Amino acid sequence: MSDIEAIQAQLLGDIEAAADANAVEALRVAALGKTGSITALLKTLGGMSPEERQAQGPAIHGLREAVTAALAARKAVLDTAALDVKLAAEAIDMTLPADAAPRGSVHPVSQVMDELAEIFADMGFAVATGPEIEDDWRNFTALNIPETHPARAMHDTFYFPPQMNDTEGRAMLLRTHTSPVQIRTMMSEEPPIRIIAPGRVYRSDSDATHTPMFHQVEGLVIDRGIHMGHLKWTLETFLKAYFEREDIVLRLRPSYFPFTEPSAEVDVGYKQEKGRRIVGGNGDDDGHAWMELLGSGMVNRRVIANCGLDPDEWQGFAFGVGVDRLAMLKYGMDDLRAFFDGDLRWLSHYGFGALSVPTLSGGVSA
Amino acid sequence: MKITLDWLREHLEGDYSVAEVVATLNRIGHEVEGVENPAEKLAGFRVAKVLTAEKHPQADKLQVLTVDTGDGDAPLTVVCGAPNARAGLIGVLGLPGAVVPANGMELKVAAVRGVESNGMMCSTRELELGDDHDGIIELPEDAPVGTPFADYSGANDPVIDISITPNRQDCMGVRGIARDLAAAGLGALKPLDVPTITGEGAPATEIRTDDPEGCPAFFGRTIGGVTNGTAPEWMRRRLEAVGQRSISALVDISNYVMFDLGRPSHIYDRAKLTGALVARRANAGETVTALNGKNYSLADTMTVIADNSGVHDIAGIMGGEHSGCSETTTDVLIEVAYFTPERIALTGQALSLTSDARSRFERGVDPAFLDDATAIVTAHVLAICGGTPSAVTRAGTPPADVKTVDYDPALSATLGGIAIAPERQQEILAALGFSVIEQGGRWQVAVPSWRRDVDGAPDLVEEVTRITGFDAIASVPLPRADGVAKPTATAEQLTERRLRRAAAAAGFDEAVTWSFISEAEAAPFGGGVWSLANPISEDLKVMRPSLLPGLLAAAQRNQNRGAGSIRLFEIGRRYLADAEHPTLALLMAGDKSARGWQAGKAAPFDAFDAKAAALSLLEAAGAPADRLQVMEAVTSGNIWHPGQSATLRLGPKAVLAEFGALHPALTRAFDVDGPVMAVQIFLDAFPAKRASGPARAAFAPPALQPVRRDFAFLAATSLTAADLVRAIRGADKAAIVDARLFDRFAGQGVPEGQVSLAVEVELQPAEKSFTDAELKAIADKVVAAAAKVGATLRG
Repeated sequence: MSDIEAIQAQLLGDIEAAADANAVEALRVAALGKTGSITALLKTLGGMSPEERQAQGPAIHGLREAVTAALAARKAVLDTAALDVKLAAEAIDMTLPADAAPRGSVHPVSQVMDELAEIFADMGFAVATGPEIEDDWRNFTALNIPETHPARAMHDTFYFPPQMNDTEGRAMLLRTHTSPVQIRTMMSEEPPIRIIAPGRVYRSDSDATHTPMFHQVEGLVIDRGIHMGHLKWTLETFLKAYFEREDIVLRLRPSYFPFTEPSAEVDVGYKQEKGRRIVGGNGDDDGHAWMELLGSGMVNRRVIANCGLDPDEWQGFAFGVGVDRLAMLKYGMDDLRAFFDGDLRWLSHYGFGALSVPTLSGGVSA
Repeated sequence: MKITLDWLREHLEGDYSVAEVVATLNRIGHEVEGVENPAEKLAGFRVAKVLTAEKHPQADKLQVLTVDTGDGDAPLTVVCGAPNARAGLIGVLGLPGAVVPANGMELKVAAVRGVESNGMMCSTRELELGDDHDGIIELPEDAPVGTPFADYSGANDPVIDISITPNRQDCMGVRGIARDLAAAGLGALKPLDVPTITGEGAPATEIRTDDPEGCPAFFGRTIGGVTNGTAPEWMRRRLEAVGQRSISALVDISNYVMFDLGRPSHIYDRAKLTGALVARRANAGETVTALNGKNYSLADTMTVIADNSGVHDIAGIMGGEHSGCSETTTDVLIEVAYFTPERIALTGQALSLTSDARSRFERGVDPAFLDDATAIVTAHVLAICGGTPSAVTRAGTPPADVKTVDYDPALSATLGGIAIAPERQQEILAALGFSVIEQGGRWQVAVPSWRRDVDGAPDLVEEVTRITGFDAIASVPLPRADGVAKPTATAEQLTERRLRRAAAAAGFDEAVTWSFISEAEAAPFGGGVWSLANPISEDLKVMRPSLLPGLLAAAQRNQNRGAGSIRLFEIGRRYLADAEHPTLALLMAGDKSARGWQAGKAAPFDAFDAKAAALSLLEAAGAPADRLQVMEAVTSGNIWHPGQSATLRLGPKAVLAEFGALHPALTRAFDVDGPVMAVQIFLDAFPAKRASGPARAAFAPPALQPVRRDFAFLAATSLTAADLVRAIRGADKAAIVDARLFDRFAGQGVPEGQVSLAVEVELQPAEKSFTDAELKAIADKVVAAAAKVGATLRG
């Protein structure tokens, strides 16, 4: 073994045995520092003859490289071990609670209105709105409910005092239904018209199942050649999409609304399951029954004429249904009054996540 | 309107069950609300005879009876407290197991003061047949002992409760319903039996109408020598079955004809009349005491029936107390009039007075049915009360013009959605009383006098389709536009939807609160302009001028339930004098974050939580957030904390939002604990977006890194962060792309009345890096700009 080989063996052994970063550094200085042993060897190369240098040079450089690599390797091993120790000391009980981000919610009424907008958009219906403080002409008279009409008694109307009458002297009131939006739409838009009009409505009525404020959605189609068959299809399609069931069965019963002729009340088949009404099936089947869900009919010719359209050219249908009721039937709430209380517990139970946006591709039910 | 099956058979021939009647009524547009058979309540009660009656050994007021139940077994022992209980009496016995209708008690075999009683002898009140409770029921001697009492009393007659729509006055009588059922194929309508009565001489009281507009026709006659007793059993039973209490023969007859034929009439006691009986306008202020015992003050728009002494009847609505018939009545006047429906409606509304007569007259009774009705009422009076009738006076003429409707039978399909053969349509119309004249495919259809509701072709479509049944309507898809469904939401609707979802995503729960609030709740917000004339309660009286009262009240309720952290929002309208303004309000109360192992104590909300929420929502809704200016609050009064609230505006006028801490006086008024933060966003203040198409502006990221420099200034505390930052940003618009205040300090080392403000300025080099000289020049500009607003660089 040459001297150089012996030195290398000695040094590599010392490096491997170095206990910490300081020891590694001390060895580096001893070997490669200004006065280090390998530095001294490198310096001898300058005084050698070319032949000697050719023989000794590679050996000395090899020694230097081997030691440098060994120092680096040892340092890395020691650093890793030190980090492991540090990390081990940083351990925390990861079952400790994290700060909860507050979870907000969308009210069921808003969610259902979004669902309706989505379903009806696919059938070409736009969403229309109108004021809740209405005049008695649009809420009643234009809808073929003159002042002396007994049907006015069917609406428990909230009125404003006479000094609030509009510039045309019409009495102001809280709309009792969303139907005045029909009037506003027909007066401002050219047919063909397809709209739904959701919103707040008011009746002077308060008991276990009635609140003085609730929500309705109105539907209106005005076009050429529209008849009761189109009405029936629209309602079936809407309710099948809304309840996401193919087995929705409707029963149309003749009825009377001043603003439609013919008029139909629409029942939907359901069955009672665990105290809840589950919509679906034929109401005449065993274990099933009918419940009244909405009012509808062909728009009365007088109403069309009142809006300045020619009833010989344009005809169509209208319907109205309670939004809160639709929400209750689909999502199972049983107390209408709770809708308007703002109880955080109720809202977080029945409300919808912000990202549960109803879409046709994702399903209208969130 | 209630009818009984037995009463219906009076007009409708045929073999039909109550179930068929109900199904058919529902199918043709008369919604059945319920069917009740009074016999069911009387199960377990039977006709029984008291054989013996002896004093109870332990009680003075009780007797021990032995009762024959008619089934051949040994007589039952029954204890009875009725004073009229005696041997030989035939009455009604409730057997063990029967349920007493009046109180729901089930009868049991039980000892009464030591004597076992096997049932109960009943009073009329206990069986809900009347008010009499002075003693037990006494039946005639020939009443068959052992018969179920329901059969004996004729109670076994189902009562059908029908919701008659307001257009169908003709169905406010049994006969009208029978006619509709017959047209629908359920039985055949029997001809109406109209007696011929030729009276003698003119009526003993002159009859006149002086108000042909309100009372176009007043028919009447007098009958002398009547005896007003009790109406016959069959009539009383029917009236009571449909909910009309039996009063006396004459009153019952008038009521019976009204429920039977939909035709109200009125019978006066002539002894109470002075001079002629006249239909006229009321004099303003004239009063009348109606049959309900209440006084009504009348207006000169109202029609009344009066004589020389005053008003006897609010025409078509309610008779007067004074001239009503009593037990002593011997001479009567029968009034069968036609009143103008609109006038009846307005009078009824003005007086808030409802009656069975009003509901028929205001819907319009059959104007061609005055003579027959007079004859029918007279015949009943003669049959039941006797007497001698006068001839009929016919004052005025009812409006009996025949209406004709031009009708194309194809409409049943093109409007009603059911193709019905013209022959079948004719059949249906004829059965309902219409007559058809064909003229080249189109029909002239004469409308029967009792169908005031029919005046156009769609009404006839309804008639033929409803009788055919709406089940026959086949679904037909609406024509669909080509391609994918187009977006239909308006910009306002999209803004609202985005705000709603953004607020929910930010952790707020959406509430829906009442649109009306109390005056006290509205007061801090300037009060409500829209105050209801007829509120349901004082708590729900004025239309809200702000959404905050509703949310504060909800927060208070939640705090009462123990909620620690409240984040609520609502999107709805504020109702101001000019219009309804769509608004989002958001409220934070209680803890922002609960106490925790990391943060320690619970943290309350502060005004900057409100600011952050306002800004992020405005940004989500698409408002130009970078152009918004924070300015002082606009609302006066004690709504906001005067030093911790502000508005967000686009320019000085357009206020998009207000935010901050609510005034403690306000939260105290609503009983909400702790500081409360709030935001209101005014959706209708958003600027309209310019339509720019889906493509974005071209994007070229800068090649060089930005340079950041920090500056610290001393300034008066009155200098706002916004003013300083705006000044700095404007110092070199080419180089400075952002400036952000990151430290604000007052106290040690900072002179009194001053504040240290540190701002990080971001510089963006364009093609070349900044040289030291350029950086120095920019820094000098920043310092100079800050100096202009009163901030000096800290040394």
